Amino acid sequence: MQKGIIKLEAPPSIIAASSVVGQKEFEGPLGSCFDLHDDKGTFNMDTWEKSESEMQRLALNLALSKCNLKSEDIDLLFAGDLLNQCISSAYGLVNFKIPFFGLFGACSTCSEGLTLASMVLSGGMANRCAVVTSSHNCSAERQFRNPIEYGGQRTPTAQWTVTGSGAFILSAYPQGPFITEVLPGRAVDSNIDDPNNMGAAMAPAAIDTLMRFFNETKTSPSDYNAIITGDLGSEGSAILREFLKTDGYDITQNHNDCGLLIYDCESQDTHAGGSGCGCSAVVLASHLLPRMNRGELDDILFISTGALMNPSSVSQGNTIIGIAHLVHISNTNNKGLKFNGNTN
Amino acid sequence: MNIEKESYKKYVKKRAKKSPIIKNCIWAFFVGGFICCIGETLFRAYHRRLLLSHQDSSAWVAVTLIFLSALLTGLGLFGKIAKRAGAGTLVPITGFANSVVSPAIDNKSEGWILGVGAKIFTVAGPVLLYGILTGVAYGFIYYIYLLCV
Repeated sequence: MQKGIIKLEAPPSIIAASSVVGQKEFEGPLGSCFDLHDDKGTFNMDTWEKSESEMQRLALNLALSKCNLKSEDIDLLFAGDLLNQCISSAYGLVNFKIPFFGLFGACSTCSEGLTLASMVLSGGMANRCAVVTSSHNCSAERQFRNPIEYGGQRTPTAQWTVTGSGAFILSAYPQGPFITEVLPGRAVDSNIDDPNNMGAAMAPAAIDTLMRFFNETKTSPSDYNAIITGDLGSEGSAILREFLKTDGYDITQNHNDCGLLIYDCESQDTHAGGSGCGCSAVVLASHLLPRMNRGELDDILFISTGALMNPSSVSQGNTIIGIAHLVHISNTNNKGLKFNGNTN
Repeated sequence: MNIEKESYKKYVKKRAKKSPIIKNCIWAFFVGGFICCIGETLFRAYHRRLLLSHQDSSAWVAVTLIFLSALLTGLGLFGKIAKRAGAGTLVPITGFANSVVSPAIDNKSEGWILGVGAKIFTVAGPVLLYGILTGVAYGFIYYIYLLCV
């Protein structure tokens, strides 16, 4: 029988989270929630790749200082980004000297990292882990699309890669909010070959993961305060809601998408919304977790969604493979221990 | 659940919002036309005021438009105009200039040889290759024609 939901016997806690973003994200609806931003987006570096690494370095530094820890206190580091061979993570985090796993899950990397870190912590193999992800609009444009200054038009379904990095410190000691269960996603071939419609390419994976989750837990969408997908954007979100509704799971009341939360798509001209490894990470770090800390949210499903492709696969006409990992974050752990939030 | 792949593809295509073609065409018409007007004005200035020959004036118009396009690309303004203008800035020689200058700026971080040198024609390459090929083919046909008549 296939492994489904992994219930964490000792649910780890997310004890600190930080977010570093660019100017466009700062100008968005969540602007004031982010910890740091750079109005030029360069973070005082001379290449976009180095700027992205610098964001990761700043994010992890900040997350560590928020919980008064040093890099020596962290046992394992899980990090990933969109650039070839995850160079942003490697270069950005090299000086922390923490045992390092480089992850690639495209835009699903945030929940992939949280999933792996929480399994390691729950299994007693580490006491504290860090998870860091990032994406940078300019480095992603260079790698996946056209030169930054190239004059072209984007389609209405295209999404805007978020410039941002989120870092999370997870601890095995109960504090809250807790990661109580995780559901690793399956790679799903969407049969969509249009890289300008990532939402539609990733939606089948999100549908697959959520259906597996609801079927196995025998719960319904209304049992959760919020169901937050990573970066399906307006197109993918509409598809997700429609398909799940057809199957009897109406998520329209409590579903939202990080790609839609981070920008005002109309006034910021981001078309179908934000995307990228940084998208779900910075929204979780700056918006969702603080709301859990304040007690406005108690129980959420966080599902980062990724499109597993590269420029060669797209230009060779291959269809895009989607993936969606689910992380269940709750203020109450499996022993009934309730996290009352913190005010700092 | 199993989503039937072919029907999903059709469903996605059907629901995806289409690009506003009419709006894009109107923008392209006016911006493209405006660029042509600039070209014509320059041509007259070069031809009548500077008394350049017809052929030299045409060449100088192309050089000026390419320079302006490259300058606007470098200043980060070309992309902003092109976002609205679409084919209006793409089709005239301005689009070609932008497609050469933008990868050059982009790849400067990888050095003059492996960056700028190797990647300057990544966007314009196909236009150059097939443009030159077509030119050669046309020239060959014209040569045969001249031999025959």
